[in-house]
Amino acid sequence: MTISETDKSFVVFDHVQKSYDGETLVVKDLNLSIGKGEFLTMLGPSGSGKTTCLMMLAGFETATHGEIRLGGRNINMVPPHKRGIGMVFQNYALFPHMSVAENLAFPLEVRGMGKSDREAKVMRALDMVQMGAFANRRPAQLSGGQQQRIALARALVFDPELVLMDEPLGALDKQLREHMQFEIKALHERLGITVVYVTHDQGEALTMSDRVAVFNDGRIQQLAPPDELYERPKNSFVAQFIGENNKLPGTVEEYSDDKCLVRLATGELIDATPVNIRKKGQETLVSIRPERIEFKPEMMPPGAHMISAEVLEVIYMGDIFRTRMRVAGSEDFVMKSRNTLGQTKLHPGETIKIGWHPQDARALDPM
Amino acid sequence: MTDATAQLTTADGKPLKAALAASLARSRRRAFLLVAPLFLFVLITFVVPIGQMLMQSVYNDTFSTAAPALGKWFDEHPPGSEIDESAYAALASDLKLMKEQKTSGSAGTRINYDISGSRSMFTGTARKADKFEPPYKEAILSVEKKWDNPNIWRAMRSASSPLTIDFYLAALDMTRDDAGNIVSVPEGQAVYKMLFGRTMMLSLAITVICMFVAFPIAHLLATLPLAKSNLLMILVLLPFWTSLLVRTTSWMVLLQSQGVLNDLLVWLGIIGDDGRIQMMYNRTGTLVAMTHILLPFMVLPLYSVMRTIPPAYVRAARSLGANSFVAFYRVYLPQTLPGIGAGALLVFILAVGYYITPALVGGADGQLISNLIAFHMQKSLNWSLAAALAALLLAGILALYWLYDRIVGIDNMKLG
Repeated sequence: MTISETDKSFVVFDHVQKSYDGETLVVKDLNLSIGKGEFLTMLGPSGSGKTTCLMMLAGFETATHGEIRLGGRNINMVPPHKRGIGMVFQNYALFPHMSVAENLAFPLEVRGMGKSDREAKVMRALDMVQMGAFANRRPAQLSGGQQQRIALARALVFDPELVLMDEPLGALDKQLREHMQFEIKALHERLGITVVYVTHDQGEALTMSDRVAVFNDGRIQQLAPPDELYERPKNSFVAQFIGENNKLPGTVEEYSDDKCLVRLATGELIDATPVNIRKKGQETLVSIRPERIEFKPEMMPPGAHMISAEVLEVIYMGDIFRTRMRVAGSEDFVMKSRNTLGQTKLHPGETIKIGWHPQDARALDPM
Repeated sequence: MTDATAQLTTADGKPLKAALAASLARSRRRAFLLVAPLFLFVLITFVVPIGQMLMQSVYNDTFSTAAPALGKWFDEHPPGSEIDESAYAALASDLKLMKEQKTSGSAGTRINYDISGSRSMFTGTARKADKFEPPYKEAILSVEKKWDNPNIWRAMRSASSPLTIDFYLAALDMTRDDAGNIVSVPEGQAVYKMLFGRTMMLSLAITVICMFVAFPIAHLLATLPLAKSNLLMILVLLPFWTSLLVRTTSWMVLLQSQGVLNDLLVWLGIIGDDGRIQMMYNRTGTLVAMTHILLPFMVLPLYSVMRTIPPAYVRAARSLGANSFVAFYRVYLPQTLPGIGAGALLVFILAVGYYITPALVGGADGQLISNLIAFHMQKSLNWSLAAALAALLLAGILALYWLYDRIVGIDNMKLG
């Protein structure tokens, strides 16, 4: 194996399966390779198998079948403390009976590092997360955000090449969470470490990751960079899970490789881009992002099919208007329009024509 | 700072502190009313009797009220004075009083604590007290010549003042010599110090064994899935629901020399029929049965602490490079200390005062101090000595509690 190849597949899940009870598979045939220095997020609803995957990688769970490799080495049989993987836990798991400095020194101490080296490293790690002044505090004396930083510093202090994070920001309030997202991202870039991050918050996944693996039902539904995941979801689960989404059921009327015509349940025709439908006459679910819907004729791409919509509700949200409409029988069709100067005000009861670029309407297989 | 606080007033000019107290007074009264029944109950059934009991250990007026004339004579004549006619005259008048008031028995019992066999002297002499004529010395000695024993007079002198530390001296295997100095009792008669020592050692051993046995059980209870841990919990609590007597007797059935365990060992050929192991009616019996009985008191506090320790801590330690032993020793164990402390204190205090089990399975070798307290309460009727022994036991436990508080900190303790 050449060096560049190990770099590309620093962490490899090779046909990994996991079952707890011998009856159902929590992880079904997982194949995933993570490159060195990559920030990969495992995203999915609870029970989708993402945390199990992380625990198998950390060594707290054993794979029922398949192989997990780290740096080209099979680590199935390696106990957790010999894997050299840093980990940040959901509730930080800072040892309550040790001070912050002792918490950070712990991984160095068990590695037999001398006292002066240890202290220097601990201080460096604390400075890295701007917590140098808190070395002698107990974890209980710190706020949630401070504890989060200490947990991060502890996972990094022994210079692991791979750091796992299990919903590390889940317990923080929204503002702090967003701030920490950027800090973690900046640390990742500065240190060049590989990060595997587990979350159920899609916003977090999109802002931080190089690539996102969307988990559902023990399988990766899609593995892609954030923009591709958002704009080109591969199936209806991903489309629904990532961001807000309008769904219109219908049948494929005309089909070519890059364009198709879908007849909705109420008889209207709309343009869409086929994703995982294969032939004419197939049932489909057309997915359109709320912010890609237009209602002004001059904004519409030429030749686009328009469809009539009845405005049911307009919610003022500050930066945007959120308009709920009745479209093709569905009552929760949502359009988001920016609150710009001179934006047309819509009113409930009004009937308008809406449309979109065919590329933004994605015809997916119905789940 | 205090000036600023003093100036704080409410809108209508009342001092803030007074206003606060007034507004809280009602809820405080209600809270007190809720507590009042228990408070009264504890006061009447616990604090008062125990206080009286402790009082008995230093205050015993059975002799001093029965013999006022002797008391007066002892006050006028310092220790070492010759026991002359005036002393016998006082004795004769007191014996007459005892006969009238029928107190010769109880007064004799009090002196009997110090000098055995002296109770009959009082009852016998008092019966003839009406006929005593001067000179009293000869008259009394003609009835009972043991009255010229100086030890009797010394015992009466010390008993004539109701306030005494003699019972504490006795409880510590000490007595007064002829000159009234405090000395140790002869080797053969010393029992209490040895018993205190044995009680402490056995209790300590029981606590340590309980700790080692309970730790894995509690850990299992805290980590098993709920259905299984409930079943295990029932097994832990089952002995709790069985009568103490039944449990102790079943240990007798198991461990006595003709018992199940010895039969099994003989049948297996591990020991011969003549080499049956003595595991009952000695210290081993006390140790085994009491460990079993007190085990739940160690398991429950440990369990309640362990249940609150998330598995993430040990996992974190492991991911940071600690092997399972280091993770246990450095991360898990320190967090269970409040439970260990609470359990150990509970088991130790219960063991120190345990009575039934050692009485049943202890034999002569496995008796604890509480068995002797019971003996003095029920058999020898020397309540003052029993009270002194109990007070010393209480003091010992309080001292250990204080030590525990200094070393571990009492607020670190978690009972559940």
